[in-house]
Amino acid sequence: MIKFRALWYYLTRYMDGLLLAGILLLMLTGLIVLYSATGANLSRVSTQATNMLVALVIMWLVANIPLQQIMRIALPMYLFGICLLIGVALFGEIQNGARRWLDIGITRIQPSELMKLAVPLMMAWYFDKYEITLRLRDYLGATLLLLFPVLLILRQPDLGTALLIAASGFYVLFLAGLSWRVIAGLAIAGAASVPLFWSFMQDYQRQRVMTLFDPSQDALGAGYHTIQSNIAIGSGGMVGKGWLNGTQTQLDFLPERSTDFIFAVFSEEFGLIGNVLLLTLYLIVIARCVIITANASTQFTRLIAGSITLTFATYIFVNMGMVSGILPVVGVPLPLLSYGGTSMVSMLLGFGILMSIQTHPKLVKT
Amino acid sequence: MKPTVELINHPQELHDFQVRLMIGAGIVLFLFSILFTRFYYLQVTQRDHYHTLAEANRISIFPLVPNRGLIFDRNGEILAQNFSAYTLEIQPSKVPDLDTSLDELSTIIEITSKDRERFKKLMKESRRFKSLPIRTRLSDEELARFAANRYRFPGIEINARILRHYPHGESLSHVVGYIGRINDNDLEQLENNKTLDNYRGSQHIGRIGIEQSFEQELHGTTGFEEVETDAAGRSVRVVSHTPPIPGNNLTLSIDIGLQEVAIKAFGGRRGALVAIEPTSGDILAFVSLPGFDANLFIGGIDHENWDLLNNSIDRPLNNRALRGLYPPGSTFKPFMALAALELEERSAQESMYDPGYFSLPGSKRRYRDWKLDGHGMVDLHKSLVVSCDTYYYVLANDLGINKINHFVSQFGLGKKTGVDIFGEADGLLPSPEWKMRRHKQQWYAGDTISVGIGQGYNLTTPLQLAFATTILANKGRAFRPHFVKQIHNNKTGNLKKMTISPAYELNIKPEHMELVHQALIDVTRTGGTAERAAKGAAYTFAGKTGTSQVINIKQGERYIESQVQERHRDHALFIGYAPADKPSIALAVLVENGGHGGAAAAPIARQIMDYYLLGKLPDSSNIEIIQDTEQHEHDHEHLHAHH
Repeated sequence: MIKFRALWYYLTRYMDGLLLAGILLLMLTGLIVLYSATGANLSRVSTQATNMLVALVIMWLVANIPLQQIMRIALPMYLFGICLLIGVALFGEIQNGARRWLDIGITRIQPSELMKLAVPLMMAWYFDKYEITLRLRDYLGATLLLLFPVLLILRQPDLGTALLIAASGFYVLFLAGLSWRVIAGLAIAGAASVPLFWSFMQDYQRQRVMTLFDPSQDALGAGYHTIQSNIAIGSGGMVGKGWLNGTQTQLDFLPERSTDFIFAVFSEEFGLIGNVLLLTLYLIVIARCVIITANASTQFTRLIAGSITLTFATYIFVNMGMVSGILPVVGVPLPLLSYGGTSMVSMLLGFGILMSIQTHPKLVKT
Repeated sequence: MKPTVELINHPQELHDFQVRLMIGAGIVLFLFSILFTRFYYLQVTQRDHYHTLAEANRISIFPLVPNRGLIFDRNGEILAQNFSAYTLEIQPSKVPDLDTSLDELSTIIEITSKDRERFKKLMKESRRFKSLPIRTRLSDEELARFAANRYRFPGIEINARILRHYPHGESLSHVVGYIGRINDNDLEQLENNKTLDNYRGSQHIGRIGIEQSFEQELHGTTGFEEVETDAAGRSVRVVSHTPPIPGNNLTLSIDIGLQEVAIKAFGGRRGALVAIEPTSGDILAFVSLPGFDANLFIGGIDHENWDLLNNSIDRPLNNRALRGLYPPGSTFKPFMALAALELEERSAQESMYDPGYFSLPGSKRRYRDWKLDGHGMVDLHKSLVVSCDTYYYVLANDLGINKINHFVSQFGLGKKTGVDIFGEADGLLPSPEWKMRRHKQQWYAGDTISVGIGQGYNLTTPLQLAFATTILANKGRAFRPHFVKQIHNNKTGNLKKMTISPAYELNIKPEHMELVHQALIDVTRTGGTAERAAKGAAYTFAGKTGTSQVINIKQGERYIESQVQERHRDHALFIGYAPADKPSIALAVLVENGGHGGAAAAPIARQIMDYYLLGKLPDSSNIEIIQDTEQHEHDHEHLHAHH
């Protein structure tokens, strides 16, 4: 009994109960929806459950590491990631018209996934380092730290990941106190550069944006995803068609329904009520993250926690936005629900960091 | 626990951070509320729209083709039937190189060059994505061979189809008609009639005859099956099933036995015959010779057969009984005689001298009688019995064209009878107005003279002649001729009998009718023009022979049959009814280029009447009738010996 208690203490010592509960509930939802999305394929579901377990273990490990240690790996991790990205640009494998993967002998890796965490870590570390004397020059330096990997990823091309990494970096800049005037200036410059940006986009990327405005112009091509997912969501109605009863899902009309479009499956089978419950669950998790961020005690922890929190919310918004047809189709999974190990691990890495921030002794004001 | 980092927490900086964090959280809330609005829009406001789209995705509707109604003759003998057979079908849009595929295909299944030709013709007439038959009625062995080699032939498949068959295809092609594959014209017409939905899945439509005219009865109601399909188009399950309703069965008034006896009686000559039951308008036999095999047309006729039929000098595709226009010749005389009596232009007792010709006053032109030296003294009775032309030349001249036209048109000559199949010809009973309209010429007195003996501008169809004969047989009562006796509704099981009531009744004095009737009986007796054909008949029958000119004989020339080309010889005609006292059959016979009506047409009528009146057992059979039948068969031999 004593031993068991000791074990329990050891296991839960650095866990945040509410956050963990939210995460586990979302994961459970994910497994239930996945069971329906795969046509009651238990082996896919158990694979995903394994992914989740692995990710949870990683989260636990990260939560057990004090932030000072994590901070120490920020710079090497960032540099390593940049090297890998350059490696991809030079020797990467081409798959589906994009150069994203790097074969490192034992396995193939996608360095851009690593950068999702490495970039905000690096930037938080950077601001922590120059905390006393923050001037515009420092923001410019941080921006360069951000732009370099983003441009490399954009070249692959991987618009979705590039934008999300850019967002996570921007959140660090924003939370670090980037002047409102600069933000306004950036917004204006951003709007002005849209035509320029457009000219640099790949054809398929333009197509995705165009189909957002009128999916029917390419109903069997790029617009097919959006049309079918809108039909799935809309036909779900208020209470949904019931678990395992979504016709769009069960009759294969919905593409990529276990990965990026899993939300359409959920929405078709559980309706608007299900959607509201799911949004609420996500908001609870986000709220908990916001509280953890607000309570963080150092510049580094505040910035990295804030960036992780806002990026998590961004993923949810971008995924649901694209599935419901208000954003272009970019390959963004729905956090904790979409099938896939990589995104699960990178999400839980972030939550591990948040738990570590919350549960390790804070350095109180002297 | 020792601090490793020195903390410098500026309260202002911390406050700034928290404000910005709250702004971030606020933006997140705002974005989530946008998501909620979007979900509300899709799932509540637009729910019905997307529900419809999801159903349309999910449900495919497959038509279930109804069986076409069957067609029977009056005694229940089947005339048009369905059978199911395996057909080899090709979807041209799915076959990249058709010729190569066909070559390969012909190594395992016999495909003749005719099949190929017909298929190419079908392809031209059809839409590309349609599945078209190249072979029908595959044998079990062929089925097995194709099944084993199926993988080699994408876009080619075997389907079980319901096919139409006409067991008496050659005898009744002009009555029953045939069905043909639905083409773009048909589709357009169906669309205009708002009946296209009922033809989803149907491949054939009635082309001519009963098949065409009773298409609505025969086709039936298409059923459908709602099938749930997945994104790849595979059927998952049947959601609903509405069975098709077979088309209605038709019972015709035709007696196929009589029809075939009639065809045989023509002995290979061209011509037409229409036999009608005068008391009902039932068409008993409807012959147009030569005929053609209606079965050739069902799957689309091949080039060779089409050319053969279409280019034949005998014009087998021409429905002579319905559309053939012939001068009625002397068969016109009974109607002229009635006109004379009714309009009080002649009495039965009045007679005239026939010198063998008639000339209009002040004209040298002679209108000849068929008997060079004339018939001597002729009254109305004799004029019909010996078919005196001169009598009618004079009569026509006395009556004038307008009276003739007005009176005779009551018998339906020169206008459509209103028979229940499409395509009937009008014919022509001439009038001065017509001549002015058509030829921009005045009517001459001489025109009337020719009309008097059924020549000149006079044109009637055999059907019109037969119809007019039924009015004679009925003493003035006219029943519209028709083919369909009853319609058996396959949905309700109801039997709809076509109501029989006189279309109209002529107001003719009975004694005048009787005069003509007696004369027509004497036509078939000793001294009459149909004497030989009627010899030994076990019933009395009434009739009138006719001969109608194909070419004009110049003044001063004589028509000598043996010197005229076969196709320029006169048409032989006969109208008649029997038994004379209570007619149950009336008919009109036309033998193209057959020569004299008495010799060529009347014997055919005799065979029909014998078969119909004596060869058929009534329901309450008795011994006497059986003996009659033996007698009838004896007569047959006797008649054959005559020819």
